[in-house]
Amino acid sequence: MSDADSPEPGSPAEPPAPATPAPLALIVEDERAMVRFLRAALSSHGFRVAEAATGEEALRQAATRAPDVVVLDLGLPDLDGLEVTRRLREWSQVPIVVVSARGRESDKIRALDAGADDYVTKPFGVGELMARVRVALRHAAGAAPEAGETAIAVGELRVDRLRRQVFVGEREVRLTPIEYRLLVALSQFPGRVLTHEQLLRQVWGPGYTHQHHYLRVYMAQLRHKIESEPSRPRYLLTEPGVGYRLRGA
Amino acid sequence: MSDQRPDPDELLRRVQEQEERERRAKLKIFFGASAGVGKTYAMLVEAHERRRAGVDVVVGVAETHGRTETGALLEGLEVLTPRAIEYRGATLREFDLDAALARRPGLLLLDELAHTNAPGSRHAKRWLDAEELLDAGIDVYTTLNVQHVERLYDVVAQITGVAVREIVPDSILERADEIELVDLPPDDLLQRLREGKVYMPELAGRAMENFFRKGNLIALRELALRVTAERVDQQMESYRRDHAIRDTWAVGGRILVGLGEPVAGLRLIRAARRMAERLQAEWLVVHVETPGEFGPSDATRDHIVDLMGYAEELGAETAMLSGPRVADQLLAYARERNASRILVGKPTRPRWLSAIRGSLVDTLVRGSGDIDVHIVSGEADEEEDRRTLATRADVPSLRASNYAWSAAAVAAANVLAWLVHAYVTPANLVMIYLLGVMAVAARLGRGPAILASVLSVATFDFFFVPPYLAFRVSDTQYILTFAVMLAVALVISTMASRLRQQAEAARQRERRAAALYRLSRELSGLRGVQELLEAAVRRVADHVGGRAVALMPDGSGKVALAAGDGSLLGAGGHDLGVAQWCFDHGQAAGLGTPTLPAAAALFVPLRGSRAAVGVLGVVPTPSRRALTRDQLRLVEAFGDQVALSVERAQLAEQAERAHVLIESERMRSTLLSSVSHDLRTPLSVSTGAASSLLAGGAPLPAATREELIETIAEEAQRLNRLVGNLLDMTRLESGAMPVKKDWHSLEEVVGAALARLEPRLQGRELSVRLPPGTPLVQVDDVLVEQVIFNLVENAVKYTPPASPIQITATVGDGALRIEVADRGPGLPAGEEENVFEKFVRVRREGDPSGVGLGLSICRSIVAAHGGRIHAANREGGGAVFVLTLPQEGEPPAIAPEDEAPTLPDPREAPR
Repeated sequence: MSDADSPEPGSPAEPPAPATPAPLALIVEDERAMVRFLRAALSSHGFRVAEAATGEEALRQAATRAPDVVVLDLGLPDLDGLEVTRRLREWSQVPIVVVSARGRESDKIRALDAGADDYVTKPFGVGELMARVRVALRHAAGAAPEAGETAIAVGELRVDRLRRQVFVGEREVRLTPIEYRLLVALSQFPGRVLTHEQLLRQVWGPGYTHQHHYLRVYMAQLRHKIESEPSRPRYLLTEPGVGYRLRGA
Repeated sequence: MSDQRPDPDELLRRVQEQEERERRAKLKIFFGASAGVGKTYAMLVEAHERRRAGVDVVVGVAETHGRTETGALLEGLEVLTPRAIEYRGATLREFDLDAALARRPGLLLLDELAHTNAPGSRHAKRWLDAEELLDAGIDVYTTLNVQHVERLYDVVAQITGVAVREIVPDSILERADEIELVDLPPDDLLQRLREGKVYMPELAGRAMENFFRKGNLIALRELALRVTAERVDQQMESYRRDHAIRDTWAVGGRILVGLGEPVAGLRLIRAARRMAERLQAEWLVVHVETPGEFGPSDATRDHIVDLMGYAEELGAETAMLSGPRVADQLLAYARERNASRILVGKPTRPRWLSAIRGSLVDTLVRGSGDIDVHIVSGEADEEEDRRTLATRADVPSLRASNYAWSAAAVAAANVLAWLVHAYVTPANLVMIYLLGVMAVAARLGRGPAILASVLSVATFDFFFVPPYLAFRVSDTQYILTFAVMLAVALVISTMASRLRQQAEAARQRERRAAALYRLSRELSGLRGVQELLEAAVRRVADHVGGRAVALMPDGSGKVALAAGDGSLLGAGGHDLGVAQWCFDHGQAAGLGTPTLPAAAALFVPLRGSRAAVGVLGVVPTPSRRALTRDQLRLVEAFGDQVALSVERAQLAEQAERAHVLIESERMRSTLLSSVSHDLRTPLSVSTGAASSLLAGGAPLPAATREELIETIAEEAQRLNRLVGNLLDMTRLESGAMPVKKDWHSLEEVVGAALARLEPRLQGRELSVRLPPGTPLVQVDDVLVEQVIFNLVENAVKYTPPASPIQITATVGDGALRIEVADRGPGLPAGEEENVFEKFVRVRREGDPSGVGLGLSICRSIVAAHGGRIHAANREGGGAVFVLTLPQEGEPPAIAPEDEAPTLPDPREAPR
């Protein structure tokens, strides 16, 4: 996270202040070893931890303990992780980070479209997991974007939404309206993945959700204007088969 | 036979017969001169003895005809329940063959061997049931009267004046291991008859009375005794032969039967058979096809072929010869086959014709030399032959129109002659008529040509020989003209029509040969069994006329439709059972055969080298018209051809399966050895490192701890890559990873791969050259990203850290081409293709380890895209991997967006 993108006071993304209670993370995972690893990782980053080994148990815990974030493995013994996401979303806006295996891109898309906030691919490191969790928490906290700040900065990239200006370093970049809307959609929550359909719906409208090539062409144009080396992008990252994300802070 | 040494073939045959006789089930016939002598009684008495000796005896059929003492003998014997068969409203009770086969007794009693089964039974005759029982290994006791024996048929008919319908072939008598004569003097028999103790099944009324005259009974008894005596004689003979008593070696030699024209029919064959029997000789039945005036009509030809088949059934060897002169052919063949006797029928040709053309018998006798010529009396009783053989009565049509055309031709000759008669002499006018006769002979055949000859002479006389318009002749020298004219016309017509028939016969043979040739050619071009069968079914239908099906056995030996129209198997697959029988027994069955003749189709087995591989069924059109023996032969020849091909295809499939099995076996062992090595190495390294960290004792220096932790992380990553590759490979090979092509930005795909590679690149110099304008390409982004990832990772792994890596992509000529080039050591010569094989790594000193799946995954993905990948060494050192992916069509259009400035429009405000 950059300095300019500093969190609101009391944001749980930073190590909690002694006064406020530590945020609660619900780990939904049936593998004992994974649970052990997740518990160690999360508690060492200042989270309290609740555990559920099944989908039903997860839904019960989510209702009774009101966690601040859910880390959900898609492969559960009883309910499908996807089903857990859907049921949770019926009544809760708690951030959900999905844990999935490589090669299951369609599962990830379904989970994201069902309301999950982000995902990590097994195997993953602690750093990656915590980055996703932080972004998800921030997303939940800033769920009212009209109240959000008007400028977003990631590295040298700066988007000034008030003035509708985009800068890379000191250089102002001139974008077409669609390119601009695309960049804004991605920069609402830097670091968070957006599926192709989510982006198409936001930028072009509901009638375009299957026109993936529009997205690819404009994304390429955008990269050529923003990235110094478009084939090795630093800001506009591709998640193959899933979607795009703007690099997190 | 002219040489008297034992023929080795003959000896071998006898040894085989002996072996077969010992192996197979035994047949015993209780043989009698007529009904009422006590055959059934004798059979039952012996059955009781056998039962007491511990044999499992079952009575299949025992006709007691209400005789109490016989009926009493059934006590204590197991009797099979007869099968009820509905036939024309009546319920017939027949022997239940299937029940007998299922029951499998040691000995089965089957009375009345000559019995004709009710329609709807499996076999038309009971003796066929007996054969099947014997083939199934069940001993059979049966009874038989002398008048039913095939070769005595004529004699019995002559003696008694009663024609017997039910005939048992001699072959089954020969097959009998034992024949027991049940004898009763005629007076005693007549006594029993008067007492009402004899039931006369197949004879009724006056015929019966005639039959049981004392004279008849004596004659029949003599016949029965003689048959039995002959048999005893044979046993003696064969005993002597087997014991190499050479001086009594049979000198019967071969007998050649000339089944000439006109057909002497069954009598000739039966006479030959008797003679062969008596002389212990082999016999050959030949027919000489003369392409001349006696060239056979289709009906005659069918008849001859049927007779030949009949002779074969009686044990003769048959052959078809062809040549202009019957006698020459017969003599030549007799000498060739070393036959010492020739049998021909008595000539029936009118004497005058023999005088002109010479008679067959004369020519034979004159040219026979040391060969005996026998002439068998007997009229050409074609009508009777037909009945016995159940051939179809195809009446040769006279083709009246041909004669009309013939008359028209003569009329035309007359008109022509009239036009020119003023300019030429009458002698030359004759030529015009001869021309007409020749034309008729060539086109219409012999009969019309003879008509034309006679008409020509008559009209010539009428119109052009004075006195004109009268059939009289004033100048006697014209008589000579007429005679010569008639003679020349007849000779011409004979020769021309002979030529025509020769050509026709040749065409027919040609057609048959061509049909077989075409079939074998067609079959040799096909690979799969299914295709073969389809082709065979088509061809058979074409050439036999009608429709055909092919059936193949499943795993359990039950045949099922494999090709052709299933409705041909009758409603509800009614004929399937017939096909099954045919398959099980390797014999033709169904329509036109003695077995299950009620079926609509004829089934012939596809005889492979070991057993039947399937069944070919033919339904002729019009339906229920049995095939001629000729057609049957063609179908069988087809069947053999198809069987060979099917067997070939099956062997090829087996070999293919075996090959695949071996290949996958090899793969599995390679996989095991590679994977076990490459999985264990990182596991043991991390285990070791972790245990060092956990171990108590002296605390490790911070640098060492750091190093151990890094090692664990690295090895875990390596393990992750390996497992990932194995999973990808498995998914690709099982088809669980389908190619989903879409239009993607090439830059983005490359970028994604590089982003994932970032941690492994560690500042390596890497340049990317992509086509300008970031075109969309048609690929599966996830899979192609994996390919680029693997190729670059491979380059990083096998080249020195400081050497550059270059990615170049071009789009054009309907293909996307991506190159990944390095400046490493390059590939060893000859390994350029091998690197894409599974588990192959180009091992060199100091190289990192790994299973070597990365490149083969690349190849699988590229192949799934319909593209190609290859590797080569670069000029100036290093290797280059090139993949080409085909591109189809144009990228989809994008609605243009006006190049508007970023700022104004407040409605564009973000959400």
